[in-house]
Amino acid sequence: MVSIWGWANPRKFMGWTDTALPVIAVLAAGMLALGLVWGFFFTPDDYRQGATVKIFYIHVPAAMIAINAWGMMLVASLVWIIRRHHVSALAAKAAAPVGMVMTLVALATGAIWGQPMWGTYWEWDPRLTSFLILFLFYLGYIALWEAIEDPDTAADLTSVLCLVGSVFAILSRYAVLFWNQGLHQGASLSMDAEENVADVFWYPALVATAGFALLFVALVLLRTRTEIRARRLHALETRERMVS
Amino acid sequence: MIRLLIRDLRLALRSGGGFGLGLAFFLIVVVLVPFGVGPETGRLQAIAPGVLWVAALLACLLSLDRIFALDFEDGSLDLLATAPMPMEAVVAVKALAHWLTTGLPLTVAAPVLGVLLHLDAAATPWVLITLAIGTPALSVMGTFGAALTVGLKRGGLLLSLLVLPLYIPTLIFGAEVVRRGAQGLEVATPLLMLGAVSAGAIALVPFASAAAIRIALK
Repeated sequence: MVSIWGWANPRKFMGWTDTALPVIAVLAAGMLALGLVWGFFFTPDDYRQGATVKIFYIHVPAAMIAINAWGMMLVASLVWIIRRHHVSALAAKAAAPVGMVMTLVALATGAIWGQPMWGTYWEWDPRLTSFLILFLFYLGYIALWEAIEDPDTAADLTSVLCLVGSVFAILSRYAVLFWNQGLHQGASLSMDAEENVADVFWYPALVATAGFALLFVALVLLRTRTEIRARRLHALETRERMVS
Repeated sequence: MIRLLIRDLRLALRSGGGFGLGLAFFLIVVVLVPFGVGPETGRLQAIAPGVLWVAALLACLLSLDRIFALDFEDGSLDLLATAPMPMEAVVAVKALAHWLTTGLPLTVAAPVLGVLLHLDAAATPWVLITLAIGTPALSVMGTFGAALTVGLKRGGLLLSLLVLPLYIPTLIFGAEVVRRGAQGLEVATPLLMLGAVSAGAIALVPFASAAAIRIALK
């Protein structure tokens, strides 16, 4: 029987991602193009918000990925701490900048939409504030990776930071909720909610979300492969220095 | 453990700079704020609780990198790691020493400096109470940041980047209590939340800090 841990062997990982990555990348591009074109050109304008509402085909998926990227990093960090698979630590490292950019995209598109609709680029609303805090956590996590030279120590310390940071991020989320009541609307794309947006908007949003998720997977795989290659190069250079 | 505490306190008091610096920084920030926002009594009174809390938080941050860095450099941290005392206890004692030398003086000084900001008389006891509850948590969370950056050459800036997001919940609840207290509103909810955050941090964060130190010493 093949254990799932086998996939984490760096050589095997390089093997299967070599074939899987182009497929995922093409799928991501296709889904994104389909979802965004569908959303931008083939859905009716909102009767009050006009065409501005269409920015949500980027805003909502980016925000979802921004949160789930941290979740993925948390799982990868746990796998590193418990099983010490190097690929797992590198995947967490690879996911962080992608998640940070998604956070920025969500904040920026939200600000662009907020200006005409709420009359302000920024409001200290709980959701907005939580995202800003999430951005700070990404920043700290990436900075810690960059600051430590020894790769294993860096992986250990960032994993611990990721665990502790998760607890504090959730704590901050609720503290912020307590601190200020918001302008932001509630979730409108949930699977289980009674009331969602109309199907005309929901299907393109779903496709765009799938596109963003695939894009995230493709980017993380690509960056993990880069990290593995960098690690191999480093090992080769070290060996050469020892020989000469 | 008590000996370690006394040793840390003595080092902090005698090494010069460490002990008074946080307090002086607190004073300067509070003095600078009226220059920045203007001397109107009403406006100062409105922002006084928040300014006191943020200033206390920054002053606390200032001396965090000294918690482990000096001991790491001269090797006494290695000795402490091999001593018959769990690392968690070392971290807790270090946090306590840090609190006694920064958090406690800040708490005592805050009502006095509140006068400079026209802090509402009704809010003054709440400043004292919330800082007394909150600053130990700030010290303990600080040990985590200090532990993560202990082996680094220029860890100071990174330390603030790592620790400041962790301070957000404490700051929110602490300043909220004072704000409500100043307006005579009910303060029990944020006060209990502040206590919960503080107690949780004191109980759990030493384990994370100790784990980080063990990795750094490996």
